[in-house]
Amino acid sequence: MKRYSRELTVAIALSALLVWLAIFAPHFFQPQPLLARLTAQVPVLVLTIGMSVVIISRQIDISVGSQFGVCAVVAGLTSAAGAPLSLALIAATLTGTAMGALNGFLVAWLGLPSIVVSLATMVTWAEVLRLFQQGRFINLPAGVQWFGFSQFVGQASLLFFALGLLGAMAYFLKNRTGGRHFYAVGSDSEAARLAGINPKGVTMLSFVLMGTLTGLAAFCNMVQSPQVDPKCGVGLEMKAIAAAVVGGIAVTGGRGGLWGAFFGLLLLATINPALTYMHIDAYWEKAIQGLVILLAVIADGLRTKRSAA
Amino acid sequence: MISAPLLRLTKITKSFGAVRALKGVSFELNSGEVHALLGENGAGKSTLIKVITGAHKPDGGTLEIAGSQVSDLTPTRARELGIACIYQQPALFAELSVAENIGLRLECGATFGCVNWKKLHANALRLLKQIGAEIDPEALVRSLSMPQQQLVEIACALGSGAKTVIMDEPTASLTRTEQELLFGVVHTLKASGAGIVYISHRLEEIFALADRVTVLRDGESISTQAVRDPEGVVLISETELISLMVGRPVSALYPPKAKVTGEPVLELCAVGCKESGVEEVSLTVHAGEVLGLAGLVGAGRTELARIIFGITPADSGTMALNGAQVRVLSPRHAVELGIGYVPEDRRRHGLIMQMPIDQNMTMAVHPKIFPNSLLNFRAETAIGVHFIEKLGIKASGPAALGGSLSGGNQQKVSLARWLATQPSLLILDEPTQGVDVGAKSEIHRLIRELANEGMGVLLISSDLPEVLGLSDRIAVMRGGRLVDTLDSTQATATSVMAAALRSA
Repeated sequence: MKRYSRELTVAIALSALLVWLAIFAPHFFQPQPLLARLTAQVPVLVLTIGMSVVIISRQIDISVGSQFGVCAVVAGLTSAAGAPLSLALIAATLTGTAMGALNGFLVAWLGLPSIVVSLATMVTWAEVLRLFQQGRFINLPAGVQWFGFSQFVGQASLLFFALGLLGAMAYFLKNRTGGRHFYAVGSDSEAARLAGINPKGVTMLSFVLMGTLTGLAAFCNMVQSPQVDPKCGVGLEMKAIAAAVVGGIAVTGGRGGLWGAFFGLLLLATINPALTYMHIDAYWEKAIQGLVILLAVIADGLRTKRSAA
Repeated sequence: MISAPLLRLTKITKSFGAVRALKGVSFELNSGEVHALLGENGAGKSTLIKVITGAHKPDGGTLEIAGSQVSDLTPTRARELGIACIYQQPALFAELSVAENIGLRLECGATFGCVNWKKLHANALRLLKQIGAEIDPEALVRSLSMPQQQLVEIACALGSGAKTVIMDEPTASLTRTEQELLFGVVHTLKASGAGIVYISHRLEEIFALADRVTVLRDGESISTQAVRDPEGVVLISETELISLMVGRPVSALYPPKAKVTGEPVLELCAVGCKESGVEEVSLTVHAGEVLGLAGLVGAGRTELARIIFGITPADSGTMALNGAQVRVLSPRHAVELGIGYVPEDRRRHGLIMQMPIDQNMTMAVHPKIFPNSLLNFRAETAIGVHFIEKLGIKASGPAALGGSLSGGNQQKVSLARWLATQPSLLILDEPTQGVDVGAKSEIHRLIRELANEGMGVLLISSDLPEVLGLSDRIAVMRGGRLVDTLDSTQATATSVMAAALRSA
């Protein structure tokens, strides 16, 4: 039980919020808007999965917002040129993978701090995108939005896919030796190396995975609307980091799990609609989200301190 | 005694939650005396020191400093009263120079005062000279070796005019010459009227330095005795001290040696690595054999181990494992080839502190016990339980975090990791450094058991009696080269040291 105390805390907080909403704002649970809200979170969820792996490996990637924008434009242009959706998907994920590999190479092999590397690539990709696209939206041909299906089928399939991905990745992290390696390297990379693990490879893999998932997330975003906004990635890195941290993934690496991050994302994503249903000014959203993140970090700090004493 | 003792503790008690760390310790330190404090890890030495330095407030008992009772001691107050402590791991600022570090420690009052750089340097230089340390006051602490940093700490203590100096295992990482230097400093401090509380696991140092010795066991002071009478006749034997510490007589300190050794496991032929300064080392480790690797700190023993384990791969010479030529390129490769390595700095790299001990144990055996790279938590727990029992690891269970164990038990966990892989060659780098006597003899027994099971063991140790007692053969390194190989039946402390020191 103690092993899952982080996940439990977030899950309890989320349930409390949901119960509160069920009593005072039962409208919140109307199926159609609820499904729409959940689907809107799919891209962030996919990013959060990658970010969790990166943070567990004691790294950070703040360039995913910019990467997301680049991937979205690549996918958008591919689709706009009349290519099939599958080709747009491949283009987006390959672009993301390449950008992730660049971060990974700089961090793992050149030993540069990931915060600086990803800050640099964040600015670079954002500027490249600005110069190239100059803020123009890309109009997508019919048949891209919701894969050409009805909205309900599109939303349901996206949600189904994201949850499947989450389950698979959570299983990999917890039950596979490869997953354990991320924790070992994130806890103490030198000790991991002396136990026969290749920390450079593991770090590289975490960034490559992050990049691939970013491409995937951008694709999941594109199919939800009739056009691509080149600024659609702005700020997403913070949402993913916040979800992971609130979900109990320690920024010092080596601790936490994907289900916690999932609950963290749901908690943060529920705050905004909850405010609306509670007739509180939506301006409070950011402030309250900040407070939740702060509380999560404080709780983690206290827990670490207590277990160390 | 004319004057009051520098320090007198009477029936000190201290509990942390349900754990009673000190159950009544009495201790006295006179001016001009070296008083050794002995005890197994967990006997309460660290807690006692923290009480003396004001870091912990005792629950009961009285604490007198220079004859007057002090009830609310804080670290600052303790320093003002002339109590200084030199820890095993020096607490210096790595990015500042030696002189700045010393200056900071001595003038902590003047936060907004001006720094007199000239005086700062002169002062540092004088203090370092006084203890005979050849350290440049302008050097950054980061660039100093661990023993040099310890000397800087001692200079600080000297400069602050400390009357009571606590030394917590000061020689754990020192070479023979640095030890001599330290012993000289201890004598200087003693002659100037200071009292020294000296903590060490090396009994021979106690006999060389201490005037009195107090043995702690399970949080109680068991006995205080004079080490020698006024004529210099030693009054107490090593075995007596050990049985006082352990609470039972310790029979044979070292297990019997190997009767037969098998085929060569490791053969090195003129192996060298420019990066780490190892040159043309040729040696053979046989199955069932413990090969001791002796030498001074810096002689290239750890560097050789790192070459064999692929951390810094060799760039010349050849290496054969079980008769087959190999080039080990990374630790991962080494593990696959059947080499195990317990590093020197286990507190940092031997195990992962925030992981449960069962996960630590299975870390290197993933491919072996988890086929298809699928983790089996039940098997993992079983391995944890098995080794906790087999090695007598004191832990609450296989889910206890590595960082929650004491040093000796952590060492057993990192040994268990390699027991689980069953490597053909096991390299142990200072396996009993900082480990108490009881756990030490258990680790010795384990090492011998492993060899008897057919493993080749390469044992690096600065503890000469350990190398002599445990090894079947002893290879001596000096300046990155292998200078001599001795049979343990003929080797003596003198012959090994002579080989390690002989000038080329």
